[in-house]
Amino acid sequence: MGSSSSNMNHIPDAEELMQETGFSSAHLLRLYERFEFLDREKRGELTPDDFEAVGRLALNPIGGRIIGAFFSQGQETVDFASFVRILAHFRPADTNRRDGAPQDPANSRTRKLKFAFQLYDQDGDGMISRVELLQVLRAMMGIQVTEEQLQSIAERAIQEADLDRDDAISFDEFKKSLEKVNIDHKMSILFLR
Amino acid sequence: MLPLGVMLLLLLTAAAAAAADVTGTGAPPLLEPGLGFSSPVPASPSAPPLLLLPRPQADHGAPGVALARSAAEESPGPGVEVEEGEHHHHHGGGYKIVQWEWSYVQTPYIIAIWLLLASVAKILFHFSQRFTTVVPESCMLILLGLVLGGVVLIANKKQLYQLEPALFFLFLLPTIVGDAGYFMPARLFFDNLGAILTYAVVGTLWNAFCTGFCLYAAKLLGVIDERVQAELLDFLLFGALISAVDPVAVLAVFEEVHVNDTLFIIVFGESLVNDAVTVVLYKVYISFVEVGAENVQTVDYFKGVASFLVVSIGGTMVGLVFAVILGFITRFTKKVRIIEPLFVFLLVYLAYLTAELFSLSAILSMTFCGIGANKYVEANISQKSRTTVKYTMKTLASIAETIIFIFLGISAVDKSKWAWDTGLVSCTLIFILIFRAMGVIGQTWVLNRFRLVPLDKLDQVVMSYGGLRGAVAFALVVLLDGNQVKAKDYFVATTIVVVFFTVMFQGLTIKPLVKWLKVPRSTSRKPTINEEIHERAFDHILTAVEDIAGLQGYHHWRDKWEQFDKNYLSKLLLRKSVYRKSELWEAYQKINIRDAINVIDQGGNVLTSARLSLPSMASRASFPEVTNVTNYLRENGSGVCLDLQAIDNVPGAKVEEDTETHHVLAENLYKPRRRYQSHYSRHFMPLGEKERQDREVFQRNMKSRMETFKSSRHKRHKKERSLKKRRGSDVKEDGSDKPRRNVSWQDKNPVVVPVESEEEKGDHSDPEKEEDVGITFVARKPETPKQRPQSVPAALDGPQSPASGPASPPIGDSHLPWKGSVGSPPPCVSVEATKIIPVDLQQAWNQSISSLESISSPTALPEPFHPRVSALARLGGTRPASYTPPGSTPPGSTVGSNSSIGPQVSQGPLRFPEKKKKKEEDDEEEEDGGAAQEMQPLMSSLRPPGPLPPPPPPPGFAPGSARRRNPCVYLRSLVSAPPPGSGEPHSRGPTQL
Repeated sequence: MGSSSSNMNHIPDAEELMQETGFSSAHLLRLYERFEFLDREKRGELTPDDFEAVGRLALNPIGGRIIGAFFSQGQETVDFASFVRILAHFRPADTNRRDGAPQDPANSRTRKLKFAFQLYDQDGDGMISRVELLQVLRAMMGIQVTEEQLQSIAERAIQEADLDRDDAISFDEFKKSLEKVNIDHKMSILFLR
Repeated sequence: MLPLGVMLLLLLTAAAAAAADVTGTGAPPLLEPGLGFSSPVPASPSAPPLLLLPRPQADHGAPGVALARSAAEESPGPGVEVEEGEHHHHHGGGYKIVQWEWSYVQTPYIIAIWLLLASVAKILFHFSQRFTTVVPESCMLILLGLVLGGVVLIANKKQLYQLEPALFFLFLLPTIVGDAGYFMPARLFFDNLGAILTYAVVGTLWNAFCTGFCLYAAKLLGVIDERVQAELLDFLLFGALISAVDPVAVLAVFEEVHVNDTLFIIVFGESLVNDAVTVVLYKVYISFVEVGAENVQTVDYFKGVASFLVVSIGGTMVGLVFAVILGFITRFTKKVRIIEPLFVFLLVYLAYLTAELFSLSAILSMTFCGIGANKYVEANISQKSRTTVKYTMKTLASIAETIIFIFLGISAVDKSKWAWDTGLVSCTLIFILIFRAMGVIGQTWVLNRFRLVPLDKLDQVVMSYGGLRGAVAFALVVLLDGNQVKAKDYFVATTIVVVFFTVMFQGLTIKPLVKWLKVPRSTSRKPTINEEIHERAFDHILTAVEDIAGLQGYHHWRDKWEQFDKNYLSKLLLRKSVYRKSELWEAYQKINIRDAINVIDQGGNVLTSARLSLPSMASRASFPEVTNVTNYLRENGSGVCLDLQAIDNVPGAKVEEDTETHHVLAENLYKPRRRYQSHYSRHFMPLGEKERQDREVFQRNMKSRMETFKSSRHKRHKKERSLKKRRGSDVKEDGSDKPRRNVSWQDKNPVVVPVESEEEKGDHSDPEKEEDVGITFVARKPETPKQRPQSVPAALDGPQSPASGPASPPIGDSHLPWKGSVGSPPPCVSVEATKIIPVDLQQAWNQSISSLESISSPTALPEPFHPRVSALARLGGTRPASYTPPGSTPPGSTVGSNSSIGPQVSQGPLRFPEKKKKKEEDDEEEEDGGAAQEMQPLMSSLRPPGPLPPPPPPPGFAPGSARRRNPCVYLRSLVSAPPPGSGEPHSRGPTQL
């Protein structure tokens, strides 16, 4: 613990980040080490290239999109605070909420869903269009299926979720279509301390 | 009331069974003359030492099954001699016309009787819904066993039957474990593997040691009677065998409780995996007991630990090896679909036996063989084989479970094995409960630090309470050597009490407990396609995030495994044709089928239900999918599909029944052909018969067409009334033997004929489809209120001006599904081209909907026709010949031989959808042979892309497509005309002439 607290000093705004994201100091420290590891040029920022250096991401069908999710609109780099804030989406829900935690923490159901939704919604218009859905499907299913199969799956998915018949899935519809899924279980990973 | 009745019945059955089974000492003199029971002596030798039931009572016990007919005849026991003497007396010697061969058939006979008894018992339990919801089946079976045991004991003075360990471990247990392993939800299992392993290994060890030591302590304290001659080792041994949670009991009880998936998989997984621990502990202690406690050296403890590793890991490896073999074999079964299921059973069973052979953990081996092979096998084997495997496994497991519980009950009624000691029994019960609870709480506390989803207090309560002991413990304790373990009889009694207590008391109370605690239950809800998609996306997201965050977490490894699986295993174990298929696509297919079934299930009004369950069905692009559903149903034969669902989906069964009832008529219609079809072939299913069938179908259709055509001429004026009759005549004529030649020259309209035949052929090429077709055929009524307004006017308009027909297609479509599709694309458009044309989507949709409709509401046939029919009648003579494409004429002559090609060429536009369907069916044909999956790509490629088509308005049918099809209105109305034979042929006839 002693060493970690000394290292904590290197982390900018550590206290605030912990407060905001709910990560413990051990978590934060671990993530900071990771961040520094990824940041090969030691600029204190990560570029998309830094992410792509993570080998296995290349194998991930939607790895590119996830990398993209770390960079807010128009930004070329991501600093540690943003990095942690994004990862905070994947914390499991707190069993007992701490005081001072933000009203709508990043690991809330809605925020988790929003994150996933934005991975689909690449043009950021708040709707998953048929084309966008198809892109994701194609990425995930690879060469295993024909275009027609993709089409029909996408079609079906949109029909199912599309409540207002605008041929696209809005966030509300997205949320609704997943309302029976335990998002907290399915969109969380265990951050070891 | 009912329970009482059930009990009475049971008693009766029991008595009967006892009478049948008990060839015991008391009965023979009485029975012999009357019932012809042979005396006990010949009976006992054939008692199967290996198999089950009767324990050889006399010293003749040896030969067993080997006692074949000849043996039975040549060396009859005294009883037989008497009997034969009688025979001799009657027949004057020499050849006997009737012989009593009880000893010959005894073994299988008794087994069969037991199975029958068990099955009947199951039926009786389920007579009362209320009763079965309260009392778990396992309880009732044990009670039944107790009763039966009592009867046997009274009749026989000696217990004949008990749960033989050999029978249990070699036959009964594997059937249950095999089923459990093969259908184990793999993802769930591996998601919780950590917890499962912890509970299974640490938990079982904890239970075993604590129970053993504490019992020993109780002995020292004098709580346990002096008569129980047991040392520390004996108690440890007993602790080991009594502490393992039993898969059979857990399955039996938890399946009725429906706790949430996680909870279930943890308890159930534990019960399977702890087998390794139990086996090792048991064997180690046995060997210690054999050499004597004082001779045990330190090395032996390490040997024990090593043995545990070998037994568990070795068992798992054996299972996985067999899984690979199984996957690999099923890759090549395309030509011998018929024995596919056998491979599954054999290899899974071999995995078990092989593990036993090397004294590894057989349960682990079988479980992992099942889990490992399931994915590949299911992908490789045909749909029918899948159904077969599923049903057979479930049947076997169910009956094995029943027998186990009955025999547990019977075994308890055997005073010779018992030695009661209240202290031992109560101490054991208390310790078991306490240590189970302590173990669970302690381990959960540790586990929760590493679990994403912590197990809360309720879960822990259920897990503690759900630690049921069962037949495994009993079989193990019976296996003990009474000479070495002096207290065996006490242990047996205690085990029986523990098993009964956990299965009956805990099993009975766990349901109310779960309800009272409001433990989250499992939902039988199946995931929607959105959930399927997004959850896959979530997996990828989590994997990526773990990679980014540098965590080598669960998702990281799962992803690695999936890559490995994709790159190597799947290539090795999956057929090429299957390899390219995606799970998501499979899921999609399944959902489609489910939808279709639901739609049917929801009763009469398909349109409404369609709207309900598939909200935006109406939107244009929905057709491909629906087409899909219907085709899938048709292709597989609704029976198969529904069967598939039946096991986990009760409605499925209902649907099946419904359809069947509704289709009596349909069956009648096609009976002749059906009979023809059902020829016997041991090695091949309908496959390969197709051509002959096609011809047959075609001929029959022609015949019936002609007949109806003739009859329609006369009855044209009273269409409505005659409709039914005509259909009736259809039936008759179908069967009639008029030469086919007749048809072709009498009915000179090539157009009609080829179309119909083609369609029919398409529909019938797969024998299973028959029913469906029949259905559509009969159930013409499909119109829903919504549709009717449209359709009626349309029908009237259609004929008058081709162009005005927008609304007409729906009628036709909805009325005669397969016909509906006929009208669509403009004549002369090549089939290929039409594939892309959205119109056909619409038709496909209509087609599917109407077929669904007809399936669900076959009864309300006649009314809708009226308008249309009359319209047609009016039309009759005027129908322009020009609408028949020029090419269509020739096929008329070649019809018979050329049915498939002729119509296609000539009637391209008309039957295009048919063709599509037909293609699929062809595929299906193959699939019959087995490759269900292999056709998918093809199907999908045939299916027009969803998004393209111009939007047909909601309930979707007609207007859009109709407009588009305007030129075809004539044709369509022709084709869509009601029943196969009535108006249509007539109107066309003139054209041709």
